[in-house]
Amino acid sequence: MTNAIETCGLVKTFGETRALGGLELTVREGSVYGLLGPNGAGKTTTIRILATLLAPDEGTATVAGLDVVRQADAVRRKVGLTGQYASVDEDLTGTENLILVGRLLGLSWASARRRAAELLDAFGLSEAAGRQVRTYSGGMRRRIDIAASLVTVPEILFLDEPTTGLDPRGRNQVWDLVRRIAAEGTTVLLTTQYLDEADRLAERLAVIDHGRVIAEGTSRELKASVGANAVHIRLADANQSDAARTTIARVLGDSVLPGSDALVIAARLSSTAQAAEVLAALTQAKVEVAEFSVGTPSLDEVFLALTGKPSESPSAEAER
Amino acid sequence: MTSGTTDAVGDVRGVLATGPTPARPSALSSVITLAWRAMLKIKHVPFQLFDVVVTPIMFTLLFTYIFGGALAGTPREYIQYLLPGVLVQTIVFITVYTGVGLNTDIQKGLYDRFRSLPMWQPSPLLGALLGDVFRYSLAGGIIILIGFMIGFRPGGGFLGVLYALLLILVFSFALSWLWIIVGMLMKTPETVMTMSFVFLMPLTFASDIFVRLETMPGWLQAVVGRNPVTLLARAARGLMHGNLAIWDVWWVLIWSAVITAVAVPVAMRLYYRER
Repeated sequence: MTNAIETCGLVKTFGETRALGGLELTVREGSVYGLLGPNGAGKTTTIRILATLLAPDEGTATVAGLDVVRQADAVRRKVGLTGQYASVDEDLTGTENLILVGRLLGLSWASARRRAAELLDAFGLSEAAGRQVRTYSGGMRRRIDIAASLVTVPEILFLDEPTTGLDPRGRNQVWDLVRRIAAEGTTVLLTTQYLDEADRLAERLAVIDHGRVIAEGTSRELKASVGANAVHIRLADANQSDAARTTIARVLGDSVLPGSDALVIAARLSSTAQAAEVLAALTQAKVEVAEFSVGTPSLDEVFLALTGKPSESPSAEAER
Repeated sequence: MTSGTTDAVGDVRGVLATGPTPARPSALSSVITLAWRAMLKIKHVPFQLFDVVVTPIMFTLLFTYIFGGALAGTPREYIQYLLPGVLVQTIVFITVYTGVGLNTDIQKGLYDRFRSLPMWQPSPLLGALLGDVFRYSLAGGIIILIGFMIGFRPGGGFLGVLYALLLILVFSFALSWLWIIVGMLMKTPETVMTMSFVFLMPLTFASDIFVRLETMPGWLQAVVGRNPVTLLARAARGLMHGNLAIWDVWWVLIWSAVITAVAVPVAMRLYYRER
């Protein structure tokens, strides 16, 4: 099987800021691939280079086997892009937006009109077809935006933070959509700050920080690299945080994972039996435990373990 | 058509079958499509035209009736002098919307979509400009109509007025390219708008649109006389009243050519530059 996307040593600098510092990426054809990282990690820059909107300072990138700089025009025929901001015209209606894109892709007026109706119907937007996009809800807007990237079905679809700012229902709809698009054979490269999103959608993911890939693999592999099992403890009282951490460290050694929330402590386990020891030690130390669970580490913890700092809070971002 | 609700994602499987990719559209076809978009925007947001149309009507009426008596004896005599100039001022002023529109599209991310499509890359700029020229013509037509209603009687007849309007459109088209540059350099549409006051106010007021060049002090005459807007206003008056000095037209065309020759390469360079 060939690779849909391959980059080699991508470097991009904006003034003083080094957005990409030698990014290496390989994405197999027909998969959903996630780029995971906090704000400013270089996710959007990567997507913009791959979609021919930016030229890299150094390094090469091929998309569908075509060089993104020398064969930019041929690449544009194979890819679809849905940017971070709704890249549709808010003054135009849903139908008009899709006809516009269809015409610019080379469809006749009649085919563009037919295709627009087809897509609006499939995306559950036919009732809103004649309304200006500015009247759409966030979820509808994102759907028309993704629909615009599918007027001709691309071999590779780039989605830059497709669910940022959506409510949970809108997010579920987009997830559902991405899965179906991928099931039809389109390679999807999506960026996200949401760890659960990457976990649920992407078969493989790359964790990006400061313009470099710091970890790559399936989400299972990434979790395994931090430790197979982890214990998650939620305290009833934040004042007992230090006491709890000391107690756990005494039982488990140096395996407490760094965290940003004083109430929540996660630690690696070498065996599930250790969980009982931790609970017993905490009870003895009179630390009140509100929740106690054993499982695989979350991607959040993976990210923390890899970068040493917490990822952006998705809930704060969603309020934007 | 009524089966889809706005909440549920329908079955997308049927629409995702890969068909043959259509041939790349011709440059002309993509420019026409994007001009169609500009027309749709005028249709959906008619309020945009309000600015374009109401301000010049106000200007025409105010200047004619307030200054007309003092400047030319009677308002009726003054409108003969003023109207071609107000036409120039109106259209020169709304060239800023080229920059504002472009800037808005870039900020909204719409240009990312355009630039990731396999079309002739300058199409969005030219399509938008065609829409702008339509807007200029519309505003010009309204001003001329108001002029007729309050006593403007051009000696050059219908053709004279038409030629004058065409000349103004040529110059404004050239000027629009400067606004494309500004539109790409500025961070927000509001800053683009502010730039118009910095740049267009002196350009249109330091001209002979409102008063004759002879009434100004000598040093100012030297400046105002070389202002391209003065040349354009003079040419427009000459064409409309049938007493044209042909050199005025040539000067306007030369200015337009020079502005275009300088601005287009810069604009295109910025356009291809990565953002």
